[in-house]
Amino acid sequence: MDRREFLTIGGFGLAGLVIPIHGRAVAAEALLGTLDAGLKKALADTALEAATRAGASYCDVRVGRYLRQFVLTREDKVENIVNTESTGIGVRVIVNGTWGFAASSDMTTAGAAAAAAQAAAIARANSRVHTEPVQLAKVKGVGEVSWGTPIRRNAMAVPVKEKAELLLAVNAAAMKAGANFVNSNLFVVNEQKYFASTDGSYVDQDIHRIWAPFTVTAVDQASGRFRSREGLSSPMGMGWEFLDGDPAGKQVMPNGVINYGTSYDMVEDAVAAAQQAREKLKAPSVKPGKYDLVLDPSHLWLTIHESVGHPLELDRVLGYEANFAGTSFATLDKLKSRFRYGSDKVTLFADRIQPNSLGAAEYDDEGVKTRRWDLVKDGILVDYQAIRDQAHIIGAESSHGCCYADSWSSVQFQRMANVSLAPGPQKLSVADMIKDVENGIYIIGDGSFSIDQQRYNAQFGGQLFYEIKGGRITGMIEDVAYQMRTPEFWNSCVAICDQSDYRQGGSFFDGKGEPSQSSAVSHGSSTARFNGVNVINTARKLG
Amino acid sequence: MSMLNEAEARAILENVMKLSSADECTATLEGSVDGNVRFALNNISTSGIVSDTVLTVRSAYGKRSGTATINEFDDASLERVVRRAEELARLAPENPEYMPALEKQAYRPSPTFSPSVAAITPEYRARVAADSIAPCRAEKLVAAGFLADGQRFVAFANSKGNSGYQQSASLDYTCTVRTEDGRGSGWVSRNVGDAGQFNAASDIRTAIRKARGSADAKALEPGKYTVILEPAAASGLISFMLFSFDARRADEGRSFLSKKGGGNRLGEQVFDPRISIHADPWDPAVPVLPWDEEGRPREKMAIVDKGKVVYLDYSRYWARLKGARDVGRPGNILMAGGDKSTDDLVRGTKRGILVTRTWYIRMVDPQTVLLTGLTRDGTFYVEDGAIRHPVKNFRFNESPVIMLNNVEELGRPVRLEGFGPNSLLMIPPLKLRDFTFTSLSDAV
Repeated sequence: MDRREFLTIGGFGLAGLVIPIHGRAVAAEALLGTLDAGLKKALADTALEAATRAGASYCDVRVGRYLRQFVLTREDKVENIVNTESTGIGVRVIVNGTWGFAASSDMTTAGAAAAAAQAAAIARANSRVHTEPVQLAKVKGVGEVSWGTPIRRNAMAVPVKEKAELLLAVNAAAMKAGANFVNSNLFVVNEQKYFASTDGSYVDQDIHRIWAPFTVTAVDQASGRFRSREGLSSPMGMGWEFLDGDPAGKQVMPNGVINYGTSYDMVEDAVAAAQQAREKLKAPSVKPGKYDLVLDPSHLWLTIHESVGHPLELDRVLGYEANFAGTSFATLDKLKSRFRYGSDKVTLFADRIQPNSLGAAEYDDEGVKTRRWDLVKDGILVDYQAIRDQAHIIGAESSHGCCYADSWSSVQFQRMANVSLAPGPQKLSVADMIKDVENGIYIIGDGSFSIDQQRYNAQFGGQLFYEIKGGRITGMIEDVAYQMRTPEFWNSCVAICDQSDYRQGGSFFDGKGEPSQSSAVSHGSSTARFNGVNVINTARKLG
Repeated sequence: MSMLNEAEARAILENVMKLSSADECTATLEGSVDGNVRFALNNISTSGIVSDTVLTVRSAYGKRSGTATINEFDDASLERVVRRAEELARLAPENPEYMPALEKQAYRPSPTFSPSVAAITPEYRARVAADSIAPCRAEKLVAAGFLADGQRFVAFANSKGNSGYQQSASLDYTCTVRTEDGRGSGWVSRNVGDAGQFNAASDIRTAIRKARGSADAKALEPGKYTVILEPAAASGLISFMLFSFDARRADEGRSFLSKKGGGNRLGEQVFDPRISIHADPWDPAVPVLPWDEEGRPREKMAIVDKGKVVYLDYSRYWARLKGARDVGRPGNILMAGGDKSTDDLVRGTKRGILVTRTWYIRMVDPQTVLLTGLTRDGTFYVEDGAIRHPVKNFRFNESPVIMLNNVEELGRPVRLEGFGPNSLLMIPPLKLRDFTFTSLSDAV
């Protein structure tokens, strides 16, 4: 386990967001290189041999170099630029049917061998109190293979000056358009991961991700009111090309709000945000009650993440996360009884193969080839997310390929794959969907979110709320949050727009485990309609 | 290498100062040894020890600064990290809010180190897991928990002659106990400065009692209730509110502490007169480092005095701009209370809800600090001074600002883990009226 530092970012909406920084700060030029492939294989082979000699029946080795760059700005100032690099070896073994793990930043064959021996010793010690031997689903070795995120321009190679200038241009545009304050940030991640195992696999992967969030705040000093609007883009598994503002990447919604898919015009969105934040200051407050909700993909991804992605993680279902993140309402008996998770319109699938997604990789962190599978098919619960040592519990012969570690020094465990809502098979635009809604609210962007430890009861806010009356959008409203019970909510899904509206949202820092690890995951959907959802008014008065 | 004594740390920092050719240089050396054990389903699932030492060097030319870090300490590595920080500083844009390195400060040491915590071994951790698991197994219950202990040091020096060194240690334990059928769940948490004050074998009884007692919960209608929040349940809401005590945010008009028409509400009566909160880095129950993240000396000071807001967080930059007193940000929060335990508060309650723990707390509206979240791991209906039956968990939508104006009674404060690394809290159990539950949760 390497050192874990935390950076708390000020700025509205991001207040309280704690970003984990792994590793040590480095200069920009250090972000461009890669480790020598021969060195990685030599280290891996040494560790595999040492583990086998120490009695391991299985061993995997991850030689990792994790690079991160953060650029943080507010208004006309660059607040901080941080480059971090973390390199080392993580060795996981099975001895006497028990897992053991050890990691080292000593990038020598001696260091690799020592880590393997330590992992074996830990496994042997833990095996004395372990009651159930590990059963690993079979994986066929693939020899030496490699894969990289298909980026067009490596964001790590873009000069810091260019990045700072973009963010300052975003801030200037927002201020000019009426913002009182703006924070904009850029996060770039490159995971250079080499995996080797006693199954005969040597997998070299080069993973890239990018995120460009901002928050614009408008203040009305006379009334004391303030409102903020965050960016409508998502973190993506892409390179710098994501920020090229290609018009083909944008989608203009029926009320004129612009959403973004695989290309982001950050300046354009910041201008809209400033105008909308001002509009929010004057928008009428929602009348609480039951509404039909029309949820944009920029909003719905978070509801999918919390109410489908997490409860269908098999380790949560089994109880391994009981003390921290919690368990799941979607217990094993519900899989057997073909539990109705949602309406027959609802098919939710998991994958780590969607292009541009945060979870995209050819192989997971235990050497399993990634794929797509259904979790909920036509409304029925049909599967969970399972890794190699869990597959037998649900009668599966193979892992789903969703094992992940956030660092060479963290032990890999089951993490959420991309979990997405399949678009509707029939042609349906957002405009046509809204035409049918008598009394509804159209929600764009993700906001406040909270869900219980078994993923039943959730509450979600948003960025932009529009009232729908008699099939028409009448105007912006404020103070909206909806409360839901997971199965009822998904069973209230009556329509989903077609593939042409499909977009991905995602989480760049999804936390799980103790000590906590963060992962990045996307959730795609088209706009969807949910009938009769309970909406509360969140406005309060302080004395 | 991970735990250096003062002389060893100073030697490295002095070398860094000699190597610096920038206008200003600040170097910080931090080392830690952290151990943990995690268990679930009545088995140990992971355990480990992490050691690390990191040197951070910040160099500045005028208002341009650069930061570089390294975890090797030979002469060549020190030279490399200093040159790298200086190179980054030359390339960095000028920061108009850059604050020069601090002049020499006087820091009064605080008792943050604990030999008993520093002496914790892998065998001790395994015993904590075993002491938690064994009684659960015996009673057909299921334990999942986490023990994290650590010792660390921090040393710093700058080119103006300011320096500091101190060691600290911490132990934090949580355990969730569930009934085998999943209908009951209980929880216990302990944060101590002395390992001798912690005994998993006795603490686990709290979680066991709550797990057994919370099965077969009855549903109550959501609405406004008198609640007794145990200290751990109250701390999440209070910590969230204290994030809003930032002077700049208040002055900028985007905080509940902003004043209509401009300025902030420093000095105003914002809470019930029984609410007093102070910070004290030397308090023996919750000692924290005597300096803040910017190196400013901390002081014993009032934050809320009889309901009046008497302190706001000023960064060095904002304090200079506004002519405010430049004092270290608090590292601990001590909320005043009374002498009664949670059980005593229950005994004095006609009708109410006892809440063990709050969960997944998120900001809904920063204008009013409206927070949402849920109860978890032991929620009980109280009538005529006794717990009558468990109730289903609730979702709340409540502002701690409103909550701290609806105080019925305050109990005896207890020590809790703080809102960030190296921070600690003393929070009492709170009896409050009209606490707003907005929906029911089926989660156990």
